Amino acid sequence: MSGPAAARPVRILYFAWLRERVGTAEEDVALPPGIATVAELIAWLQARGPGFAAAFSATKTIRCAVNQSFSGPETAVAPGDEVAFFPPVTGG
Amino acid sequence: MATIRVQAEPFDVAAEIAALTAGRADIGGVGCFVGTVRDTAAGRAITAMTLEHYPGMTERAMADIAAEAERRWELLGCTLVHRVGRLLPGEGIVLVLASSAHRAAALEATAFLIDWLKTGAPFWKKEAFADGAEAWVAARAEDAAAAGRWG
Repeated sequence: MSGPAAARPVRILYFAWLRERVGTAEEDVALPPGIATVAELIAWLQARGPGFAAAFSATKTIRCAVNQSFSGPETAVAPGDEVAFFPPVTGG
Repeated sequence: MATIRVQAEPFDVAAEIAALTAGRADIGGVGCFVGTVRDTAAGRAITAMTLEHYPGMTERAMADIAAEAERRWELLGCTLVHRVGRLLPGEGIVLVLASSAHRAAALEATAFLIDWLKTGAPFWKKEAFADGAEAWVAARAEDAAAAGRWG
């Protein structure tokens, strides 16, 4: 059975060179207390280890989507959300 | 209603145009853009290009871009096919088709669709070079400018 809503993890996805630098494509993370925005989540990720620090050092070249919509640093992040980090897109 | 696909397989331009126009006589023209893999980047030989995407979000972003084109021009249909995985020089990467009663709408919508696809749909390219090195392609200011000209 599922727990209370607050216990639901945040699913974090990484693409392109961000995925290579953090060493994983996706993970489920229990949102730490006090983390409520994309910017706060990035700051928390940066402190997790050298791979994360390297991946998230160039914050100006990192794009984000919350629940598959392009988002900015002030976008809210809540338990159960899907948050993706990636470089500027280069398709076409 | 737009046709939106992300696929590893090559696309057949003639078959896609036939599908877009089948059974209708109200179309006056079809705009077509095919993006292909070049064999060089900044003078350096490329042996392959690998494309990555964000399953789910990519298709949604492509559908949103198609809907925006349909809002701006009187289209009778459009097709967006984007490939992912490992591609070789000369292979098609992306296909854009837009059909309309008149050529101006078809051609303008086709240009708009590829400009916005390049900057608004989550795809990432990695180039492989003859010496074994690999590098992620950086976003180009020219692409942002091309997308921006549509307002």
